[in-house]
Amino acid sequence: MSEITFPGARRPDRSRRVDSHGIGLSVIEWGDPGDPPVLLTHGGFDFAGTFDVFAPMLAAAGWRVVAWDARGCGDSDRADLYSWEADIRDAFAVIDSITDAPLPIIGHSKGGSQMLQLAEAAPHRVTRIVNLDGLPSRRSWPDVPEHTRTKLLANELSGWLDHRRAVVDKQRKPGTLDELAERRGRMNPRLTKDWLRYLVSVGAREDEDGWRWKIDPMIRMGGFGPWRPEWSMWRLPALGMPVLAVLGMQPEVMGWGTGPEDVLPYLPPNGRFVQLEDAGHFVHIEQPEVVADLVLEFLT
Amino acid sequence: MIVRHGRIDLALHRLRAGEGRALLLLHGLGERAPDEVPAAAQDWPGPICALDFTGHGESTAPKSGGYTSEILMGDVDAALEALGEATLVGRGLGAYVALLVAGARPTLVRGAVLADGPGLAGGGHSPGSPALLLPPAGAQGPPDPWALLELSRDIRPPDYAQSYVRLAVQFSGLDTPISVAAAVRPPWLEAVATEPGVLVAPVADALQRYAE
Repeated sequence: MSEITFPGARRPDRSRRVDSHGIGLSVIEWGDPGDPPVLLTHGGFDFAGTFDVFAPMLAAAGWRVVAWDARGCGDSDRADLYSWEADIRDAFAVIDSITDAPLPIIGHSKGGSQMLQLAEAAPHRVTRIVNLDGLPSRRSWPDVPEHTRTKLLANELSGWLDHRRAVVDKQRKPGTLDELAERRGRMNPRLTKDWLRYLVSVGAREDEDGWRWKIDPMIRMGGFGPWRPEWSMWRLPALGMPVLAVLGMQPEVMGWGTGPEDVLPYLPPNGRFVQLEDAGHFVHIEQPEVVADLVLEFLT
Repeated sequence: MIVRHGRIDLALHRLRAGEGRALLLLHGLGERAPDEVPAAAQDWPGPICALDFTGHGESTAPKSGGYTSEILMGDVDAALEALGEATLVGRGLGAYVALLVAGARPTLVRGAVLADGPGLAGGGHSPGSPALLLPPAGAQGPPDPWALLELSRDIRPPDYAQSYVRLAVQFSGLDTPISVAAAVRPPWLEAVATEPGVLVAPVADALQRYAE
């Protein structure tokens, strides 16, 4: 079939593998290898190809843009286990493969949240942090009575365990390219159909019985565990390097529902906060030029 | 016998044959299933089994870690799929995991006894200062060095642990689905011990109640 294109989208100029303690990670790059590096980190349930419009804009401005697929996502190896800490460890492996010198890091959503932790753990490796709608707040949790909360947790837990019982040797459900785009559109209702179709062509593979997202079927959206949103926000005030925090103000399913009043008390002295009124969770996909301009000004 | 959890093969050992509801023993961090029935479980009337957690004993280990206590909860659920209803005794880390399973599968777990053992406290009640931690070069298992590193740092908020007690109390139909036998009480366990529906008793006494 003919290749699917999207205005401004460009596949990376180079790709390579990085070993993270036995897990092979797919690392992709845009721009001149001699330019200063900047690292891009994608969000949960996502993959590095989602930067195909945003990354080339940074590359065109003189940056070597490096992104990678998290373990189990995109073209990286599937792992036996997945965790927040393992993702951050993988990020260190990618950084080690780029440079010993500190570099700027941009992270979206969960990736942005994880990079706050990385920057606190290793401030000597990070010059600047850009957080794109990756600031969870307490507000994102349902405000319901205790009894209802217990019931929600019960359903969440049995759902998660049932999934783990059933997922052994399972594959993702196949479909046509349009069906996959439509499924993804339910989680990302603000993204255009053309973009979602393009995403399928990058983040899914075509088998004999149809298209399948490459993401490991073991990975499941879930809302339980000891982790709580404010733990990520607590990393923010600790950061001594310049920080740019960008929030999309339009609420949506995958977003955190965080508002300026949740962020401003935690903004560090070197922090800058920007809210985009007409953007949802995927600020860099909905408004790539605006976000690229903000980021480039901040990086320079 | 081998039970499968995701991509991991878990060793489920039968320590004693018998009829009726099984007693399932869960070891502490870095330990493995015991070879013999522990003294406190000698009077259990039914079969007695013991599970090797992921990365421990004869179970297989994942590549490059990624452990959480919730993953080990899935280990126990895989064992329950094979055993049906069971009563749990957990040591240390296994005690915390027993609590999680008792809350998550309240109709399959007929009583969970939480006992002292390695890995009882975990990484405390809220995140400490983050660091990049790697196992010592050349370290090999079992137990998997990643398990020792990650499961000694997983965070166990007291209110999170309490929510599992409430699930067990609300949905198990038992008066006291959780028993605390541990002498040492890290914050999560102290919070558990004060919840309604939690019995504080030695392992043998708690098992006697659950056997009835």
